[in-house]
Amino acid sequence: MTAQGTSLPEIGGGTARPQDHVVGIDLGTTNSLVAFMQGDQPVVIPGEDGSNLVPSVVAFPAGGDKRVVVGYPAHRYLSESADRVVYSAKRLMGRGLEDVQEELKLFPFRLAPDLAPGEALRLVLGEHEYTPPEIAAQVLRQLKRNAERYFGAPVTKAVVTVPAYFNDAQRQATKDAGRMAGLKVLRLVNEPTAAALAYGLDRRKEGLVAVYDFGGGTFDISILRLEDGIFEVIATGGDTHLGGDDIDNLLLTIALDDIAGSANADVRANPEAVQAVRQAVTEAKIALSREPVTRILVELPGQQPYARELTRAQFEQLIGPTVERTLAAVRQALADARRTPAEIDEVVMVGGSTRIPLVQRLVSELFGLEARGRTLHTELNPDEVVALGAAVQADILSGGSAATADMLLLDVTPLSLGIEALGGVVAKIIQRNSTIPASETEHFTTGVDGQTNVAVHVVQGERELAKDCRSLARFDLKGIPPMAAGLPRIEVRFLIDANGILHVSAREQRSGKEAEIEVKPAYGLTDEQVETMILDSFDHAEADFAARQLIETRVEADDILARIEKAKTHPAWRALSFEEHTEIELLVDEVHLLKEGEDRPALRASLDALDRATRRLAELMMEQTMESALGGETMVSAGEKLGDELHAPHPFAKAEIR
Amino acid sequence: MPEFASAVFPGAAPPGADYFSVFNLPRKLALDTRALEQAFYRQSRAVHPDRFAQASAERQQWSLEQTSLLNDAYRTLRDPIARTEYLLRIEGVTAGGRGETPAQVPPELLAEVFELNMQLDELRAGDGDPQLRTDLEAARVEFEQRLALVDGELARAQDEWDQAVEAGTGAARGASAARMAALLDKRRYMRNLVREVREALGATLGEA
Repeated sequence: MTAQGTSLPEIGGGTARPQDHVVGIDLGTTNSLVAFMQGDQPVVIPGEDGSNLVPSVVAFPAGGDKRVVVGYPAHRYLSESADRVVYSAKRLMGRGLEDVQEELKLFPFRLAPDLAPGEALRLVLGEHEYTPPEIAAQVLRQLKRNAERYFGAPVTKAVVTVPAYFNDAQRQATKDAGRMAGLKVLRLVNEPTAAALAYGLDRRKEGLVAVYDFGGGTFDISILRLEDGIFEVIATGGDTHLGGDDIDNLLLTIALDDIAGSANADVRANPEAVQAVRQAVTEAKIALSREPVTRILVELPGQQPYARELTRAQFEQLIGPTVERTLAAVRQALADARRTPAEIDEVVMVGGSTRIPLVQRLVSELFGLEARGRTLHTELNPDEVVALGAAVQADILSGGSAATADMLLLDVTPLSLGIEALGGVVAKIIQRNSTIPASETEHFTTGVDGQTNVAVHVVQGERELAKDCRSLARFDLKGIPPMAAGLPRIEVRFLIDANGILHVSAREQRSGKEAEIEVKPAYGLTDEQVETMILDSFDHAEADFAARQLIETRVEADDILARIEKAKTHPAWRALSFEEHTEIELLVDEVHLLKEGEDRPALRASLDALDRATRRLAELMMEQTMESALGGETMVSAGEKLGDELHAPHPFAKAEIR
Repeated sequence: MPEFASAVFPGAAPPGADYFSVFNLPRKLALDTRALEQAFYRQSRAVHPDRFAQASAERQQWSLEQTSLLNDAYRTLRDPIARTEYLLRIEGVTAGGRGETPAQVPPELLAEVFELNMQLDELRAGDGDPQLRTDLEAARVEFEQRLALVDGELARAQDEWDQAVEAGTGAARGASAARMAALLDKRRYMRNLVREVREALGATLGEA
């Protein structure tokens, strides 16, 4: 068994070793969150702004020498310099140019002009280019910072969730993003499965559970069997390009057509105006989950504002086909699980789009819940439940606690793995919905005398022809000893690990020689590329860190200046000499000046000087307060009375962090 | 450019421990699936990678190997057909491959299959003759019934195998293995046929 975290005996009352927190991260299309297990309950860690959600929006402001802004603050740039902001980048993870033509019509992604087929995408943002994992890494780094701020300790390990229907390349891209953000991704967990973990913490639950996860950009359905703490996924399905974004896009298209038609003012080429319309229709969508009718109102530059009313009935008619696509996937998953809707005991709703009343109604109907006296599970916040579940899995992976001791997650691969055989047909080697890790061994031979290489094309998907499936990798089995055709016997082992990521190894059996495999990941990044990006991000990290230090020092300066202002009303102030007063006043002026600038070391030095100059003032204040407080009392109670006015031994000195 | 090669040894036994021994089971085909499931859960708790997430690389690799073997064994043994196909493979009976290889037309079905394929072609060519649909529906029901009969025969052959294993009679084992292999081929062929008819009927129904 693994070494549990039994703490070593502490010597000399030293501080306990910093606890190695493993956090759970939901890296969402629209919003991202970080959570951890606090005792027996998972909780979301808020950011500095107090918000649990970090919008998955990244801005690269002009002239900021690679400065990066993430989350709500990045929203601001959408209306100012839309060409420097990216959102919904999860849609591009692990994808190639030919995969994203549909997205390009609807999202303002600006791709690098020189992309080759089969290459990982690069986005142009301001003066630089970024791959989707690099953008995701910025979001992850923000979540990491939030967690580190919360714990006051470094966070280096995480469980990150992915849509269950993510393919190998998309999973690999997510793992790469974690590495770039300085996080060791202990496990990729499927989002619906994570949600089931969050709901299933109460281990009395047994039976069949369906998790319907309709998020910002992806849809997943998973059917699980719960027994004795085991969460066994029996079937999963979905669509990695179906989410709330698609509903927004429907509304957006209609609104833009409306504007072009009625107002005779086509704003489709104006990214800021499109952004304003997008924002308005998204708000209308959200409002229609509460109200039967809403009004869309958008101010347009230099023309009449666009205004129209939208009823819930109209909205439902519009999104009906989109919701039906999710229901088709649910029926398929049920068929794969060989279950009928009536056999499902619980239905868990996850993702922001499940707030739409039509979605709730149709899902409830499909499972016939009302007739069985049951209701959908919506108790946990649908935006947070995945992150909470990721925290549960993080706890399990860190050795478990009382709350998770018996819990074990058995997940499946969502897509069949196959190899291209003669004629371009797919020979399936691992079927979809196989429990992972899963492996299979295939044997290959040569077709020509003396042939020393064999090409293998690995694909993922359910279609009969390789060209219709997702190409995962092409590799050459090299260094086969020259033999007559058909004689070599090359054993190739395909293994899908617990993260749903494929590994391949090969051996020529007759000669016993390890065959050399060169796997070229399609649309992926090579290890070298990831390493380079990590180095790049360290530069960023240093810039980030310096900026943060400057801000912290400024805050400290404000704090000290305020304390000095207050101290001037204290009797001790009058006890100081003229020289002391002058020195303090001079230094106060200097600090005022320096805290407006960018020179942190100078500000630091000035603060330290001010600290020394006020030391006697602090001592005098302390003495006088103690004298007045010590009317026959003990030192201890006197110390308590000092309150926060004075922090012995010196009120102005703050311990420097690091 | 290297030549493409397809898998050429579909009948080869997988490496490592055989799936029956993973669960300490004899090589018999009758199996208590509930007990198998319980054993699967129990072993999963012991070897799953989630239990070794913070362990050394060697331990993690061991866990990965053990768990993939366990999962592969469970997946294969819990399904009666996959279980039988696997057994034949490790017993060295070449027929009963992985289910991808197109089987030979069983001789006794030759005439009917020929007729059926003609009808399917007509239907796909867009012949709207309602009689054609009726005929195909009838053929579907007919083939589904025959499939059920094959399944019954297969069940008997599986019993024979188990009895032969208990009795330790090598000749009886060989005979029942050969019979199962032939039945699996026939079954695979008929299932494909039924599926084709269903798809053809379903597809044209959608257009109407």
